[in-house]
Amino acid sequence: MQDFLFQAFAASAILGAVLMVTRRNPVTAVIFLVVVFFATSGMFLMLDAHYIAAINVILYGGAIMVLFLFVIMLLNLGHAEWRDLRGPVGGLVGGSIAIAFLGVLTRLFVGGAEARPVVEVAGNALREAAMEQGVVGVVARPLFQEYVIVLEVTGVLLLVSIVGTILLARGGRT
Amino acid sequence: MNDAGLAAALGPNGLIALFVSAILFSVGVIGVLLRRNAIIVFMCVELMLNAANLSLVAFSRVHGIEGQILVFFVMAVAAAEAAVGLAIIIAIFRHYEVVDLDRFRLLRW
Repeated sequence: MQDFLFQAFAASAILGAVLMVTRRNPVTAVIFLVVVFFATSGMFLMLDAHYIAAINVILYGGAIMVLFLFVIMLLNLGHAEWRDLRGPVGGLVGGSIAIAFLGVLTRLFVGGAEARPVVEVAGNALREAAMEQGVVGVVARPLFQEYVIVLEVTGVLLLVSIVGTILLARGGRT
Repeated sequence: MNDAGLAAALGPNGLIALFVSAILFSVGVIGVLLRRNAIIVFMCVELMLNAANLSLVAFSRVHGIEGQILVFFVMAVAAAEAAVGLAIIIAIFRHYEVVDLDRFRLLRW
């Protein structure tokens, strides 16, 4: 049952991504991207990343996609444009680049490359840690202990992006 | 640990997640190369980031919790990038009245 659910999530993620890229209407594309994000959240959940799954729905599926829809509404772009897709030459080049890329990734993941995990933790270890420290605690503890400087730098990055967004959105030289 | 050991540690679901991650990333590459609408190109970049996140989460079952920490930071950077990128799109739209990437040729040959 669980395996079937996981495969259903995987299939709907791929299907949603393909539909998103091929839709001409931006609003429909946003909706299909939300489908992709929900499906990957389900996959995160079944890969024992509970907190990441929740954050993925809230941040991506909620905040960022609403931002996209808001910009589409603001600029009145909610209609399909006939010259949106590139021509057959562009499609051929883009498609072949993507297929070559997929081949390289598959080769890396399946065989060929040297895969040497540094720490050997079975999948159950994460689940046990989550039982012990809580779903959020298992992520928060290293985040606020070993990686606290990175966290602070991320805060500075967000501040810079807020200032930059306001500067860009106000426009002009004031 | 050899490849078979890695596959055993990932489990069947982990392997599926890696495949889905590769396919989602490639679909995102196709979208970036194929579309002219700046907003959809931008959404394809988000799709590629999400594919990388999926791969990180799958590997975090083998390597430990650090993969999920990295996903957290990727999401923070993606949020900042979305805000700034959409502000740039609005600024460009204000100037050109379109979001067609082929029409912006100020920095092109």
